[in-house]
Amino acid sequence: MIGQALVDGLLTGGILSLGAIGYSLCSQILRFSNFAHSELLTWGAYIALMVVGSLPLGTPLAPFSFGWPFLVAVLVACICTGFLAIGVDALVFRRLRANGAARLTLVFASFGVALTLRHAVLFFWGGNAQYYSRNLTMAVEILPGVRMLPDQIFVLGLTVVLVVVLHLFLSRSRSGIAMRAMADNPALSRASGIDVAAVIRWTWMLSGALAALAGIFAGLTVQLRPELGFNMLLAIFAAAILGGSGNLFGAVLGGLIVGLAESLSTLMLPTGYKGAVPFVLLLLVLSLRPQGLFSKSSRL
Amino acid sequence: MIGLISYFAFFLTVALIFGIVTLGLDLQWGKTGIFNAGVVGFYAIGAYGFAILTAPASPAFLGNFGLPWAVGIFGAMLISAFAALLVGLATIRLRDDYLSVASFGIAITIQLIVTNWQPMTGGTMGIGQLPNPTRGLFEVRLWNGIAYLGLVATVLALVCYALARMTRSPWGRVLRAMREDEPAARTLGKNTVAFRLQCFVIGSTLMGLGGALYASFTGFVSPADFLPIVTFLVWTMLIVGGSGNALGALLGAILVWGIWSMLGAAIARFMPVGLQAQAGAVQAMFIGIVLVLVLLFRPRGLVGEAPTTSRTSR
Repeated sequence: MIGQALVDGLLTGGILSLGAIGYSLCSQILRFSNFAHSELLTWGAYIALMVVGSLPLGTPLAPFSFGWPFLVAVLVACICTGFLAIGVDALVFRRLRANGAARLTLVFASFGVALTLRHAVLFFWGGNAQYYSRNLTMAVEILPGVRMLPDQIFVLGLTVVLVVVLHLFLSRSRSGIAMRAMADNPALSRASGIDVAAVIRWTWMLSGALAALAGIFAGLTVQLRPELGFNMLLAIFAAAILGGSGNLFGAVLGGLIVGLAESLSTLMLPTGYKGAVPFVLLLLVLSLRPQGLFSKSSRL
Repeated sequence: MIGLISYFAFFLTVALIFGIVTLGLDLQWGKTGIFNAGVVGFYAIGAYGFAILTAPASPAFLGNFGLPWAVGIFGAMLISAFAALLVGLATIRLRDDYLSVASFGIAITIQLIVTNWQPMTGGTMGIGQLPNPTRGLFEVRLWNGIAYLGLVATVLALVCYALARMTRSPWGRVLRAMREDEPAARTLGKNTVAFRLQCFVIGSTLMGLGGALYASFTGFVSPADFLPIVTFLVWTMLIVGGSGNALGALLGAILVWGIWSMLGAAIARFMPVGLQAQAGAVQAMFIGIVLVLVLLFRPRGLVGEAPTTSRTSR
C-alpha cells in the first residue's frame, strides 16, 4: 500500500516539478506570479492531442500505449506552447511592462489571460475527458506489490532526463547563464550587455515547453480535461515556493514533496481532500521557513 | 413587460450583492493593498454559514438549525470574520504575491470542504429551502422580488455609509498611508500588521455578507455557485470600476454583471442547444479579455480614486 502510494506520489511529483520549474523561471526573471501558467499545461496537452489526431495512428511502441505520432506530437506541442507563451507576452505582458505597470498589475492581467485561455480550450475541444490512446497496457510489477504502467515509467524516466538536460542548459549555455543573471540582478545584467528581450523570449519558450510536457504527461497518465492545468495550479505554486527561488533542484524537490504528500495523504484522509494538501504545505513553509526550503532570500 | 421588470429586479439584486462583495475587496485592495485571491472562499463561507444556520432541520444534516433569517445573516458574517481572522493570522505578514497564492489556496480548500463534508454541507447536492424574509410577503411574486431588491439595496447603503465613515476616520487614513508607503507608516509607530489584519477581516466579512444575501435570495446553496471564476469576476468588477473608490466598485459590479448576464442571455438565445458548454466558455473568455483590455488601456478603471489633498495645503 505505502509502496504504491510512494511510487504514485513520485510520478505526480515529477510532473509537478516540470510545471514548477517553468513557473519559477518565469516568476524570477519576469518578477510576477503568473496565474496563467497552468493554462500553458492545458494548452500543451491539447495541442499534442490535436497533432496525435491528425497523424496516422501507427502501431504502438510496445509496451507503451502510444506510437511514434505521439512523440512527434510532444515535440510540436512543446514548440507551439512556447510560442503561445511568447505571443501572450507580446500581446499583454510586454505592453504592460512598457507602460511601467506595477508588478501586481501583471498578476491581474494573468488572471484575465488564464480565464481566456482556459475557456478557449473548453470552447475548442469541449468539456469531456479525452485520451491520447485507447490502447490498454499491462501494469508491470516493479517491486513486490508495487505496480506501474509502462507509460508511467516512461514519464518518470523522461522527467529525470529533462531535469539533467535543463541543469546543463542553465549552467553551461550562454542563454542559460544570461537567464540566471537576469533572475539575480536585472539592472546589472542589462548593464553588462545582455539582450533582455531575447532572454525574456527564451524564458517564455522554455517555461512554455516545460509546461506542455507536464500537461502532456498528466494527460497521458490520467486524462485530458480543460481543467487539467488549473487543478494543478495550487500544487505548482506550492512546489515552487517550497523549493525556494533561484534553484532548479529546489523546484524539483518541491514538486516531489508536494506529489508525495498528496499521494500519502490518501492513506489517511478521504481522497476528496487531496487537493488541500499543497495548501497546508504552503502555509507550513510560509510560516516556518518563508524563504523556501532550499534558498536564502527573504519572502516577507 | 412584467417579465422584463421581474428580470431587471433579479439582475439588479445579484449585481448589488456583488457590489457588496466588491466593496469588501475594495477595502482590502483599493484602500489597503492586501491582495486577496480567495474572494470566493469567504463568499462561500458566508453563504454556507447562512444555510447551515437557517435551513429547516433534517436528520440527514449535522447543521440545519432552522434559526431566523436575521440570526443567519449576522451569524454568517461572524463565521466569515472568524475564518478570515484565522487565515489572516497565518498569512497577513506575507509579501503580496505570496499572500495572493496563499489566499488562492484558501478558496480551493474551502471549495473542497464544501464539496466533501457531506453531513454538514450536503456535498454536491447542497442545502435547500433557505429562508427569505420577502418570500410570500405579497400576492404577486414580482413584488416579493422587488422587496428583496429593496432589502439588498438598504444593506448596501448601510455598508457604503459605514465604509465611507471608516475610510474618512483616522483609521482609514492609516490604511491609505500603508498602501502608499508601508515602511513610512511603520516608522510613525503604526502597527501595520494589526491594521492589515483588521482590514482583511472586515473586507472578508462583507464578502460573507454578500454570500449570505445571495444564498437567501436563491434559497439554495451548492458548490456549483462557488467556483473559482467568482473570484476572477469580482476582481474584474473592481478593476473595471476602479479601485479605491466605492462608486467605482459599485459601477464595476453592475457593469460587469450586466455584460456577463447579457452575454449569457444572448448565448442562450442564439447558440444551438448542443453547444451550451461552449457558450459558457465564451462568457468567461469575454470577461478575461475585458480585464486585460482595461489593464492595458484604462489601468485606473472607469472611476479612479479621487485625488485627496489636505484641507490646509494649497
